[in-house]
Amino acid sequence: MAIPSSGTPSPSPRILVLGIGNILWADEGLGVRAVEAFHKAYEVPDNVTILDGGTQGLYLVQLVNEHDRLIVFDAIDYGLEPGTMKVVEDDEVPKFTGAKKMSLHQTGFQEVLSAADLMGQYPERLTLIGCQPLDLEDWGGPLTAPVKAAIPAAVETAVRVLRDWGVAITVRPEGAVVPPLLENDIDYEHYERRAEPAR
Amino acid sequence: MAIQTPNGFTLDNSGKRIVVDPVTRVEGHMRVEVNVDENNIIRNAVSTGTMWRGIEVILKNRDPRDAWAFTERICGVCTGTHALTSVRAVENALGITIPDNANSIRNLMQLALQVHDHVVHFYHLHALDWVDVVSALSADPKATSALAQSISDWPLSSPGYFKDIQTRLKKFVESGQLGPFKNGYWGNASYKLPPEANLMAVAHYLEALDFQKEIVKIHTIFGGKNPHPNWLVGGVPCPINIDATGAVGAINMERLNMVTAIIDQIIEFNDKVYVPDIMAIGSFYKDWLYGGGLSGKNVLAYGDVPQRANDYSEASLRLPRGAIINGNLAEVHPVDHADPEQIQEFVTHSWYKYPDESKGLHPWDGVTEPLYELGPNAKGTKTNIGQLDEGAKYSWIKAPRWRGHAMEVGPLARWVVGYAQNKAEFKDPVDKVLKDLGLPVAALFSTLGRTATRALESSWAGHEMRHFQNKLIANIKSGDSSTAHVDRWKPETWPKEVKGVGFTEAPRGALAHWIKIKDGKIDNYQCVVPTTWNGSPRDPEGNIGAFEASLMDTPMSDPTQPLEILRTIHSFDPCLACSTHVMSPDGQEMAKVQVR
Repeated sequence: MAIPSSGTPSPSPRILVLGIGNILWADEGLGVRAVEAFHKAYEVPDNVTILDGGTQGLYLVQLVNEHDRLIVFDAIDYGLEPGTMKVVEDDEVPKFTGAKKMSLHQTGFQEVLSAADLMGQYPERLTLIGCQPLDLEDWGGPLTAPVKAAIPAAVETAVRVLRDWGVAITVRPEGAVVPPLLENDIDYEHYERRAEPAR
Repeated sequence: MAIQTPNGFTLDNSGKRIVVDPVTRVEGHMRVEVNVDENNIIRNAVSTGTMWRGIEVILKNRDPRDAWAFTERICGVCTGTHALTSVRAVENALGITIPDNANSIRNLMQLALQVHDHVVHFYHLHALDWVDVVSALSADPKATSALAQSISDWPLSSPGYFKDIQTRLKKFVESGQLGPFKNGYWGNASYKLPPEANLMAVAHYLEALDFQKEIVKIHTIFGGKNPHPNWLVGGVPCPINIDATGAVGAINMERLNMVTAIIDQIIEFNDKVYVPDIMAIGSFYKDWLYGGGLSGKNVLAYGDVPQRANDYSEASLRLPRGAIINGNLAEVHPVDHADPEQIQEFVTHSWYKYPDESKGLHPWDGVTEPLYELGPNAKGTKTNIGQLDEGAKYSWIKAPRWRGHAMEVGPLARWVVGYAQNKAEFKDPVDKVLKDLGLPVAALFSTLGRTATRALESSWAGHEMRHFQNKLIANIKSGDSSTAHVDRWKPETWPKEVKGVGFTEAPRGALAHWIKIKDGKIDNYQCVVPTTWNGSPRDPEGNIGAFEASLMDTPMSDPTQPLEILRTIHSFDPCLACSTHVMSPDGQEMAKVQVR
């Protein structure tokens, strides 16, 4: 996948790195888990917001409005091999989210983008980092192996996009204490530790 | 062949069958099938939902103090309400009390969620069932301004303002993408508003979209972050340090002033925009009084918003509590969540298995064992259902019943209970709306009544927020800055085996969680959510649920455009995505729309 160069970025564009999905629903949780992994591995400057959007749908519109550029992690059904990553950019994103059976949050997220557009706040740059899920029906289940395996590549893609946008992000030093994005036993490790696989 | 249900509906499934939406389990979708007679009047209704109810699978053996974080993720729109219900269930089980400040802060968060959900639901998910967006393009901005100024002194009402909105809308429509407005049944004969009212509503759609971000700031202030604010068993996680300046996370006077200012804005928006819009829209739809369903018969409210911390009795709850049966408003029955005879869930028509399906199970003893099978009269396959067989199992939603009765829950249920209890804060606004529209009390039991009471409740909630904000500030000023009780935080202090129940009134209706705790871990956890009540399938006696009942006897302008079905189902604010496909009886797709 090619990440086209972005030209000259405006000084400190406000950037939102967003993960969406339902962590209780196996591979549906990919988007949130990817943004969680990104947050754990990288430190970002103040103009970048890292957000676990869950399944908030239209409620996310103000966050889109408040930022100039947007990176979204999401589980997307492209009909490809499970774990296959696909990156879609800018004008292509609404087209993809509008296609039948694409993003599992297509209604929600498409509405968010449309609403932002209607309010005159459409993001100037937009990257959707999608990953083909295997199992969406395993309520309470963990991420499946191929999707879990795709997380590092999804995170690296976001890193490349951000660097391409001129954002100085840095790898967190080993052993650094990172304030968790998800707490109370629903962080990835604790959730996975006790989640039962499909019966 | 017509069948009479015990709860008073005549079902006839001999006419043309209209199917709305295929069943999918992604994010919890719902599907409705109706039969219409030769005059396109709905004579049979079948509602099915795909909410898979297996939260106990996830929560089993986890720490009860973390349960709120999981339940907050069940649903994208009820997050905080599930968290509040969960911490109340754990506190109830373990005998943990909360300080007065925590009670006020929880009420402020719950009421903020109520207002936020009601405003977003009405303007962004439901208004377009009443408002024809395309018609707004032909409105006269000057006449729109005159209309707006005749109903409210809200300042955004000049001809120039509406002209600008119209230009933006026109650009949007001409670009070929209708965005959030796409897939509407624009031009359908069931749309009754003049172009000017439609344009005014579109302007307020945009204003509400902008305004809702202010409301959720209250969650960020008290819950530390949003989305997914923090909650705590034993109180609230935010410390109070009233004299602090800029302390991270602590509630100080500056933050409290911010909350006060948002509450003022909420009250103003409700009273100058939301409620007047409902009255304006209602005045054009007062002949369309379909959709009452169970609301005039059986309604249930658990009550919420305790005035006194730790007092969940009816006398302390500021949202009404009680059950009304067979339309007898003279008698409001007490509700007891712990009584095994009152709330029970049945699965005769749900895709689950009980040892004896003629009996219901109280949630403490609830089991969730899936059994997915289609009835003999179903069409299609298990992965591609053409038509459901409502004589057999047909929904992933269980059928909860109160003393055997199918019940409606939600704003209308709450307000009917409050009305029946002669509580002025509920009765007076309802009587005023009815009087202003020239309608009898019976008109309340309708789709319009459901939509109107939601607006009245949003207004009520704004004023309640002011009450609890004043109470919070007064209590802090009296020297009490306690926000959590931690004396029973450690599992070593807990009994070996206990059970509890927590309840709230979610925006869309009565919500409760039942928990069993054993050796410090969760042993069983059952949620009965509002949409389980409203969206329930039939029970062993043949009683139909609230969604199904609400569709009965409604005429459709055009059966290929299920506008009336969506209008009524949306009026419940179901916590299910609702995308629709209209199929002809031979399975051909006639029309398709995604609504939510």
